[in-house]
Amino acid sequence: MEVTIRIKRQNPEMPGKEKPYWQEFVLKDVEPTDRLLEMLHRIKWEQDGTLTLRRSCAHGVCGSDAMRINGVNHLACKVLMKDLGPKVTVEPILGLPVIKDLVVDMEPFFAHYRSIMPFFVNDTPLPEDGRERRQSQADREVFDDTTKCILCACCTTSCPSFWANGKYVGPAAIVQAHRFIFDTRDQAWEDRINILAEPNGVWRCRTVYNCTPACPREIQVTRAIGEVKLAIRRRKREGIVNTKDVVIAAPGG
Amino acid sequence: MKVHKHEVIVVGAGGAGLMAALYASKGGADVAVVSKLYPTRSHTGTAQGGIGAALGNLDDDSPLYHAYDTVKGGDWLADQNAAMVLAEGAIEAVIELEHMGLPFDRTPEGKISQRRFGGHTSEFGKQLVRRACHAADRTGHMILQTLYQQCIKKDVNFFDEFQVVDLLMNQGQAVGVVAIQLGTGDFHIFHGKAVIFASGGWGRCWNVTSNAHSMTGDGAAISLRRGIPMQDMEFFQFHPTGIYKMGILITEGVRGEGGVLINGKGERFMEKYAPSVKDLASRDVVSRAIYDEIKKGNGVKGKDYVYLDVRPETVNRFFAEEGKKDRIDAAYVEKKLPDILDFCRTYLGVDPVHEPMPIQPTAHYAMGGIPTNVRAEVVIDENWTVVPGLYAAGETACVSCHGANRLGTNSLVDLVVFGRISGIRAAEYVRGVDWTPLPADAGKEIEAEFKRIRTSKGKTKPYELRARMQQVMMDNVGVYRTAETLQKAADEIATLRERFLTDISIDDQGYKFNTDLMEAWELGCLLDLAEVTALSALNRTESRGAHSRDDYPKRDDENWLVHTLIYREGHARDPKYTLNTKKKVDRSLEATDPRFAPKVRVY
Ligand SMILES: Cc1cc2nc3c(=O)[nH]c(=O)nc-3n(C[C@H](O)[C@H](O)[C@H](O)COP(=O)(O)OP(=O)(O)OC[C@H]3O[C@@H](n4cnc5c(N)ncnc54)[C@H](O)[C@@H]3O)c2cc1C
Ligand code: FES
Repeated sequence: MEVTIRIKRQNPEMPGKEKPYWQEFVLKDVEPTDRLLEMLHRIKWEQDGTLTLRRSCAHGVCGSDAMRINGVNHLACKVLMKDLGPKVTVEPILGLPVIKDLVVDMEPFFAHYRSIMPFFVNDTPLPEDGRERRQSQADREVFDDTTKCILCACCTTSCPSFWANGKYVGPAAIVQAHRFIFDTRDQAWEDRINILAEPNGVWRCRTVYNCTPACPREIQVTRAIGEVKLAIRRRKREGIVNTKDVVIAAPGG
Repeated sequence: MKVHKHEVIVVGAGGAGLMAALYASKGGADVAVVSKLYPTRSHTGTAQGGIGAALGNLDDDSPLYHAYDTVKGGDWLADQNAAMVLAEGAIEAVIELEHMGLPFDRTPEGKISQRRFGGHTSEFGKQLVRRACHAADRTGHMILQTLYQQCIKKDVNFFDEFQVVDLLMNQGQAVGVVAIQLGTGDFHIFHGKAVIFASGGWGRCWNVTSNAHSMTGDGAAISLRRGIPMQDMEFFQFHPTGIYKMGILITEGVRGEGGVLINGKGERFMEKYAPSVKDLASRDVVSRAIYDEIKKGNGVKGKDYVYLDVRPETVNRFFAEEGKKDRIDAAYVEKKLPDILDFCRTYLGVDPVHEPMPIQPTAHYAMGGIPTNVRAEVVIDENWTVVPGLYAAGETACVSCHGANRLGTNSLVDLVVFGRISGIRAAEYVRGVDWTPLPADAGKEIEAEFKRIRTSKGKTKPYELRARMQQVMMDNVGVYRTAETLQKAADEIATLRERFLTDISIDDQGYKFNTDLMEAWELGCLLDLAEVTALSALNRTESRGAHSRDDYPKRDDENWLVHTLIYREGHARDPKYTLNTKKKVDRSLEATDPRFAPKVRVY
């Protein structure tokens, strides 16, 4: 099949192209099972070497190639052409400064990530037998979903609250915090809860739900945020909640 | 050029690099990690099945068995001292990862869960053993995340999206690296007392590969150009189960959970090739079996692929036939192999719970690389002469614990065990030495090379050369080789190199994030590594592990219990290659335990 790909481009070094503009590329002999990433490579390699994007693994696990595809966030390597139709639009993810074409400055995103203490804390003595700390299968299960996060930024950059206020830590950072808050072995959960109870923490989430479908790892992002909200309200490490319980209004509206 | 000064410069932020950085920092050194990717994008994150360690949580096990399996899996080319360091270090490393918070799957008693994997047995091959510690089928992801998290906790210095393009040597010592900051295009010099290469593999030399686009072997190629030999380059592993045509990996863990390989006639053909462990024979054996089946016309629908079948009804049927009590159901498969199911559903439209997966062997792992001793110090000859200040660990290094064929789960062990050793050693080393000055003109040569690539006005686009190289390597330096195919490959790669140096042009003339330029430079790295791979393979006139010569089908222990070292000298346009086969395999375990002596390898 023939496909037209419309790409939002921008190149700070090229006179006349410093501002965002759209460019269309036509590709022939596209297979329905081709990945969008391969099509972007074809454009880059066969038509215009200046097209710039990040990518690495090409199968949806490294988190490099988040972009806005036909208006929704996805990894270019995880969308097939048959699911996009003959006209495709591709833009950089929103809410982060564009460096060039589809490459955005990820630093603000990683700064939010670092702000929630994204590391395991447990200062109690190690087991005397020199072996692993024990954890039950059920306790391990509670935070399984949020361990899948690959920090691609699809969720955070699909969130209107983040677009409106870049200081909001964003869904990805909360997902990462959830992974530790609900790990029975970790001891810093109260510190993390206090960080997320700040004005730019979880309460900026208005449960718009954009993040959940945007997650290429199918993490139940909104639910994880809801669980963190609940934990903050009760100041306790809580188990799973129902999705409908998570619609909690922000204090002070 | 901006000069940064840090005692230890770690090149790469995958499992090996992060472990090196953590331990060099713990050892009191001032460390900088320089990585072309954000650390969490590193290829370690794609590792699926598990990390091997003889914890004995589910079956009786011991590091000695693990070392034996490693040596046997490596077709007796593995250095036995290194295999033992690996097997013993594995236990401590896995426990330590758990203490760092890594969320392993658990046994009912709450211990780290373990599964079977190819070639892992107890009592010297007697029975398969559950040794692969895992977190679903995302073990590498969890290792990468956990180590990165710990580095954040310890405030390690990261230079993300800085691509290292040259190694700086002075007075015979490593004194730093040159890197390009991708966001600006500026050259930076990192002046150090020690350099640790942890820059990963080069699967992108082949066209069907499980490896990321970024796996272009930069660190190895840079070292080769600076006079460091490459060791055992002829041994590149083809993993038996890549998704047909795409090469995306389907972990051996699928077979570890009971999955079987089925040919076009519906037969479980591994019974013929490895009667005792069948589908869980070592990877070289299984990949050859698939090729043999295809050659005999037993591919599915007469094509060049076979099926991997993990449907519960199939698995349970074979469990019953073998008298095993285990049974699995769809929910179990969903739980143990979620990412694999996701890949198949996304890319193939195949649901492995209901249909078998079409697979073919895929270029996967470099057993060879920068030669090191068990202290992770880079060595350059058969006398184990060390290059002061230079270390290597992980896939880019060849220590050699994997010999002629790596066992599944042993790479992740290698990363953490030898990554850690490299960090500890480098920290000790820098404490005892003074700064050696940078060489005169540091960075000038590589700057000129980049200028050449940027401004050359040839007729060929780099991608055309890359595509051709990948095809040549696939056709001629694949699972089976002969003198004829290898010579052909070496000749053609030399021609492609010539064209790369004289006849390319790129489109992007900018400086910021010029991936057009960086991809072209990476192609040069791939070409250099492809060439030494073909030449090393041509030189080894025997079949061993992943190196199968149709014209020399037998293993030859008389002449070939030695490592290959290949050196490159002279100008890039006209390099001279020298091969050295005097570096003997370490056989220290065999000296006291005859069970480690080379024998016919049957599974
Ligand atoms: C799909 C797949 C599944 C696997 N599954 C398993 C498994 O289950 N068990 C197992 O044991 N092994 C497995 N392996 C093998 C194992 O994952 C790899 O061998 C291992 O992760 C390599 O780690 P590393 O730290 O050496 O390099 P990588 O993780 O590849 O990291 C390389 C690093 O070097 C950096 N780098 C590269 N070039 C440069 C440069 N020029 N300048 C600066 N930085 C640079 C990169 O940015 C990156 O940070 C698997 C491999 C693949 C491909
Ligand atoms: S390239 Fe790795 S997620 Fe797409």
